[in-house]
Amino acid sequence: MSNSIKNLTLKIWRQLGPTSKGTFETYNVEEISDEASFLEMLDYLNERLIGEGETAIVFDHDCREGICGTCSLMINGQAHGPQRGGATCQLHMRSFSDGDNIVIEPFRAEAFPIIRDLMVDRSKFDRVIESGGFITAPTGGAPDANLIAIPKPVSDAAMDSAQCIGCGACVAACPNGAANLFTGAKVAHLNRLPQGQPERFKRVEAMVETMDEYFGSCTNHGECEGACPKEISVDVIALLNKDYRKAKFASRKDLAR
Amino acid sequence: MSLTQDLLARNTVQLNSKIPLGSIEDKWDNYKADMKLVNPGNKRKFKVIVVGTGLAGASAAATLAELGYQVDSFTFHDSPRRAHSIAAQGGINAAKNYQGDGDSVHRLFYDTVKGGDFRSRESNVHRLAQVSVNIIDQMVAQGVPFAREYGGLLDNRSFGGAQVSRTFYARGQTGQQLLLGAYQQLARQIGLGGVRLFNRTEFLDVVTVDGRAAGIVVRDLVTGEIESHAAHAVVLATGGYGNVFFLSTNAMSCNVTAAWRAHRKGALFANPCYTQIHPTCIPQSDEFQSKLTLMSESLRNDGRVWVPKNPNETRPAHEIAEADRDYYLERLYPSYGNLAARDVSSRAAKRLVDKGQGVGPLKNGVYLDFNEVITRLGRDVVQERYGNLFEMYERIAGENPYDMPMRIYPASHYTMGGLWVDYELQTNIPGLYAAGEANFSDHGANRLGASALMQGLADGYFVLPYTIGNELAPMLGKTIPGVDHPEFKKAEQAARDQYNGYLNIKGTRSPDWFHRELGKIIWDRCGMERDEQGLKQALSDLPALHEEFKTDLNVTGDGMSLNQTLEKAGRVDDFFQLGMLMCRDALSRQESCGTHFRTEHQTDEGEAKRDDENYCHVSAWEWGGDAMSPNLNVEPLEFEAIHLATRSYK
Ligand SMILES: Cc1cc2nc3c(=O)[nH]c(=O)nc-3n(C[C@H](O)[C@H](O)[C@H](O)COP(=O)(O)OP(=O)(O)OC[C@H]3O[C@@H](n4cnc5c(N)ncnc54)[C@H](O)[C@@H]3O)c2cc1C
Ligand code: SF4
Ligand code: FES
Repeated sequence: MSNSIKNLTLKIWRQLGPTSKGTFETYNVEEISDEASFLEMLDYLNERLIGEGETAIVFDHDCREGICGTCSLMINGQAHGPQRGGATCQLHMRSFSDGDNIVIEPFRAEAFPIIRDLMVDRSKFDRVIESGGFITAPTGGAPDANLIAIPKPVSDAAMDSAQCIGCGACVAACPNGAANLFTGAKVAHLNRLPQGQPERFKRVEAMVETMDEYFGSCTNHGECEGACPKEISVDVIALLNKDYRKAKFASRKDLAR
Repeated sequence: MSLTQDLLARNTVQLNSKIPLGSIEDKWDNYKADMKLVNPGNKRKFKVIVVGTGLAGASAAATLAELGYQVDSFTFHDSPRRAHSIAAQGGINAAKNYQGDGDSVHRLFYDTVKGGDFRSRESNVHRLAQVSVNIIDQMVAQGVPFAREYGGLLDNRSFGGAQVSRTFYARGQTGQQLLLGAYQQLARQIGLGGVRLFNRTEFLDVVTVDGRAAGIVVRDLVTGEIESHAAHAVVLATGGYGNVFFLSTNAMSCNVTAAWRAHRKGALFANPCYTQIHPTCIPQSDEFQSKLTLMSESLRNDGRVWVPKNPNETRPAHEIAEADRDYYLERLYPSYGNLAARDVSSRAAKRLVDKGQGVGPLKNGVYLDFNEVITRLGRDVVQERYGNLFEMYERIAGENPYDMPMRIYPASHYTMGGLWVDYELQTNIPGLYAAGEANFSDHGANRLGASALMQGLADGYFVLPYTIGNELAPMLGKTIPGVDHPEFKKAEQAARDQYNGYLNIKGTRSPDWFHRELGKIIWDRCGMERDEQGLKQALSDLPALHEEFKTDLNVTGDGMSLNQTLEKAGRVDDFFQLGMLMCRDALSRQESCGTHFRTEHQTDEGEAKRDDENYCHVSAWEWGGDAMSPNLNVEPLEFEAIHLATRSYK
């Protein structure tokens, strides 16, 4: 049966707009069920604020089951909070204790400007995908799906990296604000598959260059892997680098021709 | 004269379903052979607006852009990849017959019509089954990592309501992988300049000029700015309205606003009372709960559903002897067993819980037990199949399904009702289309598992790109109204007034509070079981609560910046009006069919009793000026290819 958690002190980042100055505000939550999710706790607080005539705290969320990648939040300095392998929306209040102080901030990175309060703009991720994170397969011309057999281990490995939910925790956790785990995950998904081979090098080149335009550089801190709700391994970064080097080599050859 | 004929004679709107001639197998080919074409060079002279970037919207926008149309794509999400389709777990159907178990286009067609309890339009369903095979080819070409056998070929599983294995899946994340495929194809077009993306932008209204869709009015959610966009055609691919129940498996932002505002502009809303309750969700645990989580129906392939025979049972599940368990689905429906259709299994669970045989701390669930399959195939195989679902369950419920059976209970999940569309997926407003869950077209009174993803992609990839051309071809060279047309200005002003209105009420209750109360009424009166008295009660409670909403709503903040409370107010307002229409629709349909179960109309065994004489029709409602006075229009349904028969899962 459910128990309740008492006397939480929340320090929450409030900021009106991208160029406004933000500040921490303190809120108390006297009691909340330990069955409640972290975001339900914020809903509850917002209900109270609205009742008191205050504006609700803005935060991004949608599916609340860890798949859409919309939720974010740095909770006590950790992207998606203290649990491993889960998004903020999957965090339950049973992970906290009576009297806890909880600091809640937006994902901070140069590439993710704050829109309001805890909501940030992650659309640079879309720019990276638009530059090459796809297989060119216009509707209509596809051959029978079973024409190419794909070894199960290959397909499984592609699936492992395809699970990225595009949340941005990797960028927020990285001291440099690099997006190599995100970009690497997409490259590892598509470049591992037979269908992805024709555009393999063009893809990685375009994506890395777009990534470099907006995000910081990777210096192998590895913080990203720990923060990733899908536990995507830094191995994808090695694959990204390897394919990028090969691509550069191939285009040098092209230039020399 | 049957009621259908009687109602038909009183239709207020001319409904032409535009079903092509020919035998059921030939209709789609005949359509394509006869349709008008826009030549490739002329396509870029046409602008198409696509609202929504779920499976239906993303696939439509990408394909239309590939063909050469100028496409503007709108979503209230921050990225197209967030659309609710991302959350689908179980799989997608297609009549590939890769398992050689006797599947065919005809069988998928038949299963879908029968699953929908003979309340869908045969011609649309047959086309869906036909194009299903292309979808899988298309998605594999795009790099969707579907599950495979050791030999490298695609794997399948079976799903409720079917006796063949035709469901393709990518672990428990099929929707995610399909949506990412469609999103990537869309992203490619955005990069190439074929599609302009408007994210964090909410559709508020469709603008019609001389009866034709001329464009849309939107609100920039970041700046609060309200503005217009003109186009030759508008597609609404804005998803379903399951959140009318407040608690549902839908993502938090799913809402009916787009379809509803189109309805208020004259588009007919069909079969609103057909809403699906999914049998396998995690039961509610406390009053703060904001949404319910679905456990994929694929679990019913291997899990066995049971409750203790004794309502006063106190032992933990594993200590309850076999003889003291009631495997009620296997008992009641021997040939489908645990795979009986969704509505059938949901009602069976409700009856037992109502009788006090429920399990769990609140006695609000039934067991879904994997002990037998773990013993038979081993833990590893089960982990391979359902690992991430088990993990998800444990994270939420705090119990490990390898040792303890899961607890499940039905919850609102999917809505078959939606905007009325013809064979071309065009609403009764020329130039306005509806695709995916937003339309009513293919699932009748009940949708089979793994068929929504199929329909979304069928509509977006393989139907709309053809049918829109047929409509646009004759418009070549004609000028269309621009955004300075008075109708646009009028609609913009109405939207501004509406949102300022919410801000000015300054009452005491938040939009969420009203949503929760509204949801309770709908769940109690228009949920899994309905009756005349309850529906009438709802039709008196809902307008009263809506009045309170209009006078006691409290929206803090302002309209000229990002304001989630204000966004929510508009959505709840629309849910109220839809809720009234749902109850009216449920009240007027005096039969039981599929998910629409009227307790007055059941067999001695408690099964749904259809009335084909009087209700073999689509109920398409016209906005009558306010939420309580809609006009009923009917489209009679004819079954030529499939014999109208009682749906039985015995
Ligand atoms: C938990 C869950 C699991 C499911 N599992 C399965 C399954 O295994 N198999 C299956 O076949 N089906 C499944 N379904 C059903 C299926 O996922 C949906 O029916 C389907 O994905 C709907 O797709 P769609 O493209 O029509 O809409 P959605 O994916 O809901 O997309 C709607 C889009 O419209 C946009 N939008 C809506 N309103 C507006 C507005 N006013 N302004 C701007 N943009 C707007 C949204 O931003 C979004 O982009 C599941 C559903 C749920 C809830
Ligand atoms: S790699 Fe992980 S942390 Fe980064 S966006 Fe993807 S899911 Fe989020
Ligand atoms: S809300 Fe969807 S991942 Fe958290």
